Order: sequence, then structure tokens, then C-alpha cells
Amino acid sequence: MVLATTENTTASPARAGDFGPAVALSCRECGARYDLGPSFACIECFGPLEIAYEFGRVTRAQIAEGPTNIWRYRALLPVPADVTTKPNMAPGWTKLVKADNLARELGIRSLHIKDDSGNPTHSFKDRVVAIAVEAARNFGFHTLSCSSTGNLAGAVTAAAARAGLDACVFIPANLEEAKIVMASVYGGKLVGIEGTYDDVNRFCSELIGDELGDRWGFVNVNLRPYYAEGSKTLAYEIAEQLGWRIPDQVIVPVASGSQLTKIDKGFKELIALGLVEDRPYKIFAAQAEGCSPVSAAYKAGHDVIRPVKPDTIAKSLAIGNPADGPYVLDIARRTGGAVEDVTDAEIVEAIRLLARTEGIFAETAGGVTVGVLRKLVASGVLDPEAETVVLNTGDGLKTLDAVAGQARPTAVIRPSLDAFRTAIA
Amino acid sequence: MSVSVRIPTILRTYTGGAAEVNAEGATLRDVLQKLDADFPGIGARILDETGKIRRFVNVYVGDEDVRFADNLDTATPAGAQISIIPAVAGG
Ligand SMILES: Cc1ncc(COP(=O)(O)O)c(C=O)c1O
Ligand SMILES: [Zn+2]
Repeated sequence: MVLATTENTTASPARAGDFGPAVALSCRECGARYDLGPSFACIECFGPLEIAYEFGRVTRAQIAEGPTNIWRYRALLPVPADVTTKPNMAPGWTKLVKADNLARELGIRSLHIKDDSGNPTHSFKDRVVAIAVEAARNFGFHTLSCSSTGNLAGAVTAAAARAGLDACVFIPANLEEAKIVMASVYGGKLVGIEGTYDDVNRFCSELIGDELGDRWGFVNVNLRPYYAEGSKTLAYEIAEQLGWRIPDQVIVPVASGSQLTKIDKGFKELIALGLVEDRPYKIFAAQAEGCSPVSAAYKAGHDVIRPVKPDTIAKSLAIGNPADGPYVLDIARRTGGAVEDVTDAEIVEAIRLLARTEGIFAETAGGVTVGVLRKLVASGVLDPEAETVVLNTGDGLKTLDAVAGQARPTAVIRPSLDAFRTAIA
Repeated sequence: MSVSVRIPTILRTYTGGAAEVNAEGATLRDVLQKLDADFPGIGARILDETGKIRRFVNVYVGDEDVRFADNLDTATPAGAQISIIPAVAGG
């Protein structure tokens, strides 16, 4: 094993056990290995670094004894065994809703919605941030930071508040009101940047290179290898909630593509550890048409993703230059899945369809996955007989504007019986 | 034409720690060639074996990602600011 540190940093060195079963950082492109540290890119090839593990024996019974949050999987995450004793948001173990009404409407045999709007700040981002907080603590960082399309910003400021860390988060200035409120109400600093998420992301990457990388934990930059592992818990929970079985097909929303790649990693780990049966699964990726660089590359048969300038109501997915996009293509192709996109109108229709059939109010990202589900069933790409799980990664209250014009009172009447009878006739 | 190039942390071992260096060239390709002549080896870190920009590197001329322009043929006018940034996922 080649061990080297990738960057000069004054961060505290990791102690044995701080990162649980994690043993190194490893380059996803060329396999080069590095010490666990606050670094994210391979010095050989710029490839993304991921956590490499040496797992001990992990049993279903052991997991079942754990808390009903992501820490039940702590033996599979880069966190210390005593993580549960530290103040944190304890996200996860969200509902896997059996969606029979929606299944019937779409002509699917077995459908579940993994509803991550039930997390503490109402998006899946609480999962990734919880792991990043532990990494920040281990490296001795006092400030938690991120570049965000909105949900991550709220997850970071909330988690920092509970953990007793300072927060400073960066977002495109034109986000949905609810996301701006959530990112600021928990305290810390919220900086709106004039530009797209890609501009924000670039700015943060440069900030870290020049100024703050040795003192601030940018959850999706210098802490990204740790942060990204949080998404694996979605795969673990889906499998456990199905009775320790990986579903035949999963539909995942894609912005940077990080979440999708880690859901695949999670399934692979469960198989390798013998916790589930080794059988094939398909991963489908969902994008909004107004920001669909991965879908465009998939449809054109390309391996290279050409960035786009986003224009969609699905702002949480509006990353025009998706760093993990090539891996999303690989995974969709390798597993026999696909990448599809839907228009803003289809997103709104899908939000309403899910709400009307299952009582789940999704943000625009959930509209994207349900819209893509509907489209893939109609086009015959998705097998309606196979067991399907669709992700809802955020809460509809965060993107009220998407449906506000269309979801109105049925009638406004005087409090009279006659008026009522007319109104409901 | 003289341009300035911002160097990411992971490449600063080549530039003796300098975060920003000057280079010459009419296009990004020329600039990277000059950069490699001044700091031998740095070019192979930015470009892959086939001579294309590595897929996990973002290169900007001014505010524009060169993949929106002409990639290595993107013009680099005098005074342009070129940035080389590792791609970062999750947001
Ligand atoms: C609600 C929601 N779903 C999905 C995503 C996509 O995540 P990724 O960037 O990992 O593809 C995001 C990203 O911000 C999000 O906010
Ligand atoms: Zn590498």
C-alpha cells in the first residue's frame, strides 16, 4: 500500500479508531492510496478519493440491535464506535412506504417510496452531513462549511448548531425562499453568491485551496470522501426494510451523482459481507430536462459529460457540471438501468400524482424521480413486474412555489349549507 | 500573450508552492505547453495519455469552463486568468 498525504494541513492527525473500519483513502480512478486526511483529489490523476475499509464481521442481528437511525450501520461507516454518544442529528431510518395506490395507477406490481423527507432538516442531506461532522471533529475543524443547492446548506447549519461548531455556507443567491430560511435559521453565516451552483462550487474549491482548507471543513470539498459515505445508508436501509433484500430496480435523482454512486457502493458492500443474497439490481438515474447533462450523455452514448447551464424548477438538482456524472453513466450501464429526464411540467404533475396517491408531498427532486418512474414505465424501459423503489429525497414544503398556483382551495364560500352544497356538487 | 494561471494545492509541489504563476500562449494548449516547460511534469497531471484534459479536472479561462468553449483550443487573451480545479461532487 502506497501511503502519502495529499496536502499540507495543520489538521489534527487521525487516531486509530477515529474512523472506525476505515483504513485509507483510495483513488476511484487509479487506485492510489493515501492516509485518512482532509483531502479529496488524487495527486496522480485528480480522481476522487473514496474511503477504503477493512470490515470486521458484521451480522444482521448486530445491526438490528443498533439505534433506529444511520448509526445502526456504524460498523460500515468511517465513524468511531462511540459516535452515538456525541450530539448529532441522528438522521435516517426514514420510512419505506409501500405505494400500492401509485403502483396501481402506473400499472406496476410492487412499488415502494423511500421517503427521506422525514429526516431532521427534511432532505437526505442530513445523512451525509452527519458523517462529515464526525470527520470535522476528528480533524479538529471548528467551522463547518459547504457549497450547496439549498438542502445541504440547511443540513450543515443545523448539524453544526447541534454539534457546537461554527457554520458558514454558500448557496446560489436565487434559491427557493424556504431553503434560504432553513439555511439561516439555525445560525451561522449564509453567503448567497451571484451565479449558479457550479459558480458557488468553483468559488469554494478555490477558497479551500488558498485560504481555509486547513481550518474549515467543507463537507463536500475537503471532507467529501467521508460525507459521501452517508448516502450508503440509503442502500442499507432499503435492503433491511425489505427484509434484507436488494430490490430489482431503484430510481435515484442525480445532481452531482454522488448519492447514486454511493447507493451502488452500499448494495455491493451488503453483498460482499453476505448480509443479502447476491442477485442483480438495476439503478436508474433521474434528472430534470433543464439540467440533464448525464441523461444527454447517456442518450448520445457518450462517456464524457458536457456541462450545461441549468434552467429548471428542480433547483436542488441544478448542477450543470456533475463531478460524479461519469460514474452514474457507468453504473446505469453496468447494472442494466438507464438515465432519463423529465420537463418542469412533468415534475409538477409527478409531485401532485405522488401527493394525491400516497399522501407524500415531495420537493421538486422527488417530482423528478416519480416523473422519471412514470416515463420509464410508459416507454417500457422499466419492468413493471419487478420490485421497484423510488427515492423521495426532499420535502415539498421546501419548494412550495412549484405547485402553489395549482394547489388551491376547491371553493371559498359563505358558511352556509346552500353554498356548501353548490360548492361540492 | 501573458496570462496568469492559478495552481490547485495538489499541483503546487511543481511550482515550488506558488499558487499563481505566469505563462504565455494564444490558446490553452499553448499555455499548458509553456507551463510544462517551466514546471516539468505538470502537463501530464492536467492532461491524460491521449492529450485531453483529465476528466476530473475543470479548467476555466476567466469565468468560462473551457468545455463550454473550445477545450484546449480556447483562446487565452493577454491578461486572462486561467484556473485549474479538481472536480468536486455533492451539493
Ligand atoms: C433533495 C435532493 N435530492 C438529490 C440531490 C442529488 O444529490 P447528488 O449531488 O449526490 O447527486 C440533491 C443535491 O443537492 C438534493 O438536494
Ligand atoms: Zn488517481
